[in-house]
Amino acid sequence: MIPALLGLLLLALPAQAQTRQSGYADMGPELRAMQDDDAANPAMLWVREGELLWRMPEGATGKSCADCHGDIKTMAGVAARYPAFSAALNRPVTLAQRINLSRRENQQAAELAPESRELLALTAAIARPSRGQAIAPPDDARLRPFRAAGAALFTQRQGQLNLSCANCHEDNAGRKLAGVTVPQAHPTAYPLYRLEWQSVGSLQRRLRNCLIGTRAEPYAYDAPEYVALELFLMQRAAGMKVETPGVRP
Amino acid sequence: MTALINVPGRAKRGEIVEIKALISHPMETGFRPGANGSIIPRNIIDTLRCTYNGAEIFRMTMTPAIAANPFVSFFTTATESGTIAFAWTGDNGFAAEESAQITVE
Repeated sequence: MIPALLGLLLLALPAQAQTRQSGYADMGPELRAMQDDDAANPAMLWVREGELLWRMPEGATGKSCADCHGDIKTMAGVAARYPAFSAALNRPVTLAQRINLSRRENQQAAELAPESRELLALTAAIARPSRGQAIAPPDDARLRPFRAAGAALFTQRQGQLNLSCANCHEDNAGRKLAGVTVPQAHPTAYPLYRLEWQSVGSLQRRLRNCLIGTRAEPYAYDAPEYVALELFLMQRAAGMKVETPGVRP
Repeated sequence: MTALINVPGRAKRGEIVEIKALISHPMETGFRPGANGSIIPRNIIDTLRCTYNGAEIFRMTMTPAIAANPFVSFFTTATESGTIAFAWTGDNGFAAEESAQITVE
């Protein structure tokens, strides 16, 4: 009787009472081991490919990323603070968009398509040295309106199921949806290898998944809505550790 | 194609060591329809061979049921210093090789 009552009490507790935790904590020991072991983590294939691309000369200037930036290890901390404000574009950009910006401006090379293997590989390789660092979104006044837009999107109901992100990931995080634990939606490990995708994917691909799940119309890749949501989610996860490249079921 | 193999660099003679190999490959089953409705042709790795100083120590036949980017791990006894070499072969003439050195004391 008492355990049953306790169980009911636990169900009634609002999710906000939980401490923040990464989706890593919701996984079983096998998947955690897969993420932690670089020899078993399939996302490391993308990281290795990205490290090769980092040193490959590209575009009209014939320069590689390494020619200007040096060793890829100097990128430590970058993934922990993106998205950041681009003065050139007068809007926030994600790490992947920043890579394309640099390709266009500094290498005079063609931009890589969003979600292409090369762009995911470069993003994962650049984010890898930040693993273990605390997420530290920049306190840039120019980012505030975009972050506020992301926060509004997070709580805005949409789609045929009329659900907002917060309906699942705040109000019901930790409970089950079709046998799977609903995570708190902290984007700590992107780009990550999802077993369901059998591939590495970006946060935008994951957000697209959720939008389709709620039967809303997904935004096009690189839409400002995704960047705003990423800005807000990174702020929400501030202080948590970067896990890139992660593994998720 | 990227392959990642993990072989301990040093081992004691007679020690049982774990060997891990991960390779980038789509492992397309040949049963899935593509965007235009027609079946995507099968494209899988069918064999993984591992040799230790030329002698075969592990062979695996892979099937369409194996997921993309196959990861294989197995154990072997460290007998002598030398090379542990992997060779993957598959559809459309796919062939990849990777090797690592092991020093046995």
